Amino acid sequence: MPKNHLWLILPALLLLSGCDLVLLNAAGDVAAQQGDLIIYSTILMLIVILPVIIMTIVFAIKYRESNKSAIYEPEWDHSVSLEIVIWAVPLAIVICLAGLTWVATHRLDPYADLPRISAEKAIDPDVKPLTIQVTAMDWKWLFIYPEYGVASVNEVAGVVDRPVEWKLTSTTVMNAFYIPDMVGMIYAMAGMETELNGVMNSTGTFRGIASHYNGAGFSKMDFEYLSLDQAGFDDWIAKAKAAPQKLDRESFLELDEPTIDHEVTYYNSVEEELWNRVINMCVAEGQVCMHDMMTMGAHHDRKSGESHKHHETNIKFPELNPSHDSDENKTLPASPKESKPALEAN
Amino acid sequence: MATAEDSVTQAAADTGNKMHWFWGKLNWDVFPFYDPLILGTFIATVILATGVLAFLTYKGLWGYLWKEWFTSVDHKKIGIMYMILATVMLFRGFTDAILMRIHQALASAGILEFLPSYHYDQVFTAHGVIMIFFVAMPFITGFMNYIMPLQIGARDVAFPFLNNLSFWLTFSGVILIMMSLFVGEFAATGWLAFPPLSLLEFSPGVGVDYYLWALNIAGIGTTLSGINLVVTIVKMRAPGMTWMRLPIFTWSTLVTNVLIVASFPVLTATLALLTADRYLGTHFFTNDMGGNAMMYINLIWIWGHPEVYILILPIFGLFSEIVATFTRKRLFGYTSMVYALCVITVLSYLVWLHHFFTMGAGADVNSFFGITTMIISIPTGAKLFNWLFTMYKGRISYELPMMWVIAFMVTFTIGGMTGVLLAVPPADYVLHNSLFLIAHFHNVIIGGVVFGVFAGITYWWPKAFGFHLDKFWGKVSLVGWVGGFYVAFMPLYILGLMGVTRRLSQFEDTSYAGLFALAAVGVAMIAVGLVAFFIQIAVSIRNKEALACGGDPWGSGRTLEWSTSSPPPHYNFAFTPRVYGIDAWHYMKTHNATPPTSNYDAIHMPRSTMSGIAIAALMTAMGFALVWHMYWVALASFAATLTWGIAHTFNYNRDFYVSASEVSRIESGRAAATPAE
Repeated sequence: MPKNHLWLILPALLLLSGCDLVLLNAAGDVAAQQGDLIIYSTILMLIVILPVIIMTIVFAIKYRESNKSAIYEPEWDHSVSLEIVIWAVPLAIVICLAGLTWVATHRLDPYADLPRISAEKAIDPDVKPLTIQVTAMDWKWLFIYPEYGVASVNEVAGVVDRPVEWKLTSTTVMNAFYIPDMVGMIYAMAGMETELNGVMNSTGTFRGIASHYNGAGFSKMDFEYLSLDQAGFDDWIAKAKAAPQKLDRESFLELDEPTIDHEVTYYNSVEEELWNRVINMCVAEGQVCMHDMMTMGAHHDRKSGESHKHHETNIKFPELNPSHDSDENKTLPASPKESKPALEAN
Repeated sequence: MATAEDSVTQAAADTGNKMHWFWGKLNWDVFPFYDPLILGTFIATVILATGVLAFLTYKGLWGYLWKEWFTSVDHKKIGIMYMILATVMLFRGFTDAILMRIHQALASAGILEFLPSYHYDQVFTAHGVIMIFFVAMPFITGFMNYIMPLQIGARDVAFPFLNNLSFWLTFSGVILIMMSLFVGEFAATGWLAFPPLSLLEFSPGVGVDYYLWALNIAGIGTTLSGINLVVTIVKMRAPGMTWMRLPIFTWSTLVTNVLIVASFPVLTATLALLTADRYLGTHFFTNDMGGNAMMYINLIWIWGHPEVYILILPIFGLFSEIVATFTRKRLFGYTSMVYALCVITVLSYLVWLHHFFTMGAGADVNSFFGITTMIISIPTGAKLFNWLFTMYKGRISYELPMMWVIAFMVTFTIGGMTGVLLAVPPADYVLHNSLFLIAHFHNVIIGGVVFGVFAGITYWWPKAFGFHLDKFWGKVSLVGWVGGFYVAFMPLYILGLMGVTRRLSQFEDTSYAGLFALAAVGVAMIAVGLVAFFIQIAVSIRNKEALACGGDPWGSGRTLEWSTSSPPPHYNFAFTPRVYGIDAWHYMKTHNATPPTSNYDAIHMPRSTMSGIAIAALMTAMGFALVWHMYWVALASFAATLTWGIAHTFNYNRDFYVSASEVSRIESGRAAATPAE
């Protein structure tokens, strides 16, 4: 792999063979590409950084006061050709870096489905990504597997080389969901859903963390990501299925109470539509779901004949519908994905 | 685990919804003296403060301080007061840094967690808030206040009373922050107090309220000071000083204050909305009821990114002056320096989103802001090259300020590189919120702003006080700071690449212990540098006769501040200088211009006033009362503030003339007192 050779040329890092630089040596393809990008950008910038540092030191020594043999031109303050160079060289580097940034940002868009499993492996069109719905709570992580109808707290498992599609939300403050070995972080925020796509290319146990400060339990809000082969994963699902408790609205609210260093817990089943209720902030009895509230608002506006600003945006408001069983994507008025057209012309 | 949970419940209990009609939330339980660390700090502070107060009383200095300093509208004295304030707060902010480094070193090695997370979280919040708002800002405002009017040949700023008021409003913010240490608590939210965490639901205590009122009040001071300095530069330049003859430090002051005027209102509005959420139950940034916390993050960084440039641009200007002085050579590429400053000013408004690439924006938005961020590095790089080519074919004399410049140029370049790296969105996805980020911004803030502050202090100290600073202790300070910086922060870069996040107070594995220990050693080295700085000042004051200097102590000053005596008379210039080119003083020297020594005119000067300190004191009372919900005090002090402010406008006795004979007496005295260069 080219990256292993590349990071050897960074001399400072040579001294660090004892340190596990996970960001430059990640087990998952997406994180590995992000790590490579760190190295490529650094090399590109060193083209201009190194000369500056060297020139600083050389000039500082050569033109010291005691060195009378050096040329001294007190009125020399301008040179068009030099000025062109000092503006053009950084500009050229930035143009290269900007191109790299544009391409890499689009290729590694957290929302986009993965284009490949790894450098050697193409995507298998028959394998659906494993969807895991993640809820950040004070101060623990809840993982729901819609495909398998199980859930777990502070431990999550995936299949090696099978893409994982993380859906993220929070019942509390802003959080960031981060598995350094798999894929970079994205914020998890209440009342909306964000997304992250990643894959793990080797088996093992990897650390996942809350990487955005979120209060008293911050330091201990971590979890383990188990990257398993298919058989191991099936066993893990079976283990969860065998757990005594189920995840319904009641046990969800119980779990949502603030705790620090919550023990690993499994749930054998998940109440239908629970995820929709989580992102619409209406798990508790009597709370009006956000999408219903918005529908009511839209309905009210139409009745009163007022034309409000939001009618002109691209945010889609679902039709008035008191039940929660409409299509998932339609029920997410607050999700950044849905509201994305309003932010950018994609 | 039990203790952590206890502290959570304790925080909730601190809410004290038991409101007293007179005392609001205030009661005896809010004094956190059950914590031995705070009790110790409190006792030490009381002893120290009593000592200082007793000393001042014993020496009978109160009248002098009140008359000559606190009520003074002299821009030079206000500048020095800003510097003293910043230095005191640097000590406080640095103490927080020491606590954090010791805690992380011990906790990561599994030895001891001596700060509970509830306390640790307040420490890192206070460290950030204090270092940015009450150290870096007063330092640069101090420089701009002291130097800029001298550089443009003015006798004071445009609005001298406003200048005094601005200082005391900043001081008011400091008082509130310092009070939070002993009365109640400080915010445990991180230095920008992101909601929803900073809302009542998640931070029910008074910490965030202290944060909000301290910054709101100090923010007014900063905005007013920004307006004042912009007007001063636009309206009060000496005859002949056209825009392209402005000293580069004055140019940087101009663009900085334009940034302040344009961005601080954003901060004020943002904090006001958060204040409304906390006090009035509005829903601007709540999770529910249509609130949107992402809005706060955007708004605060629309202020926050220009703020970074507010800190660094005056320092760029200051370095430009120093490089030209000590290379004994004209600044290379003056025009491109000016354009670079202006370009940075505009671009600094187009990059704010790079602080939260990870909030879920799409690839187009993220790459746009990533690329604008990279574009900023072009003018910044051009400035570095300009300093380099100023050194080229120069005669560099290694006085202390120049040594700081070299340390800056190398260190800042590295920080700039890691900054551009963080501007690549996919790289930021893995580096964001990591210790790599912490290392990066300390690399540019310490390597840029702090080194610049020390360079500036050693450069302009002789001007302000008439004697040089001791070189030996200055070198010790430099070695401590520069060496300490590298030892303290290079390990954090590595820890960041190991996937360690910022703001951690508890650690599960001990593999990070070695690097955290190394960082703690670094902070100890910086401590040596800081102590050496204080020793340097003490030693220099003791030897001030031997270190005495004249108006142009470096012998190669180029701008107008060096054309007057050291320290300058309170009216700065007996005659308003006339400017014929860039580097007005250098021009005068090379054309053998000698200032006239007779035929003085009377000089029109502003009169001291106590309104600034009085209004600020009333606003401090108001802030404190609002923190504790003592609404009747808040109302009363707000009414008193308004009344005093309006009454002040009826004070017509606000200026006086220094008579020609008095000017003549001062000028002849100065000539006699000035030793030969």
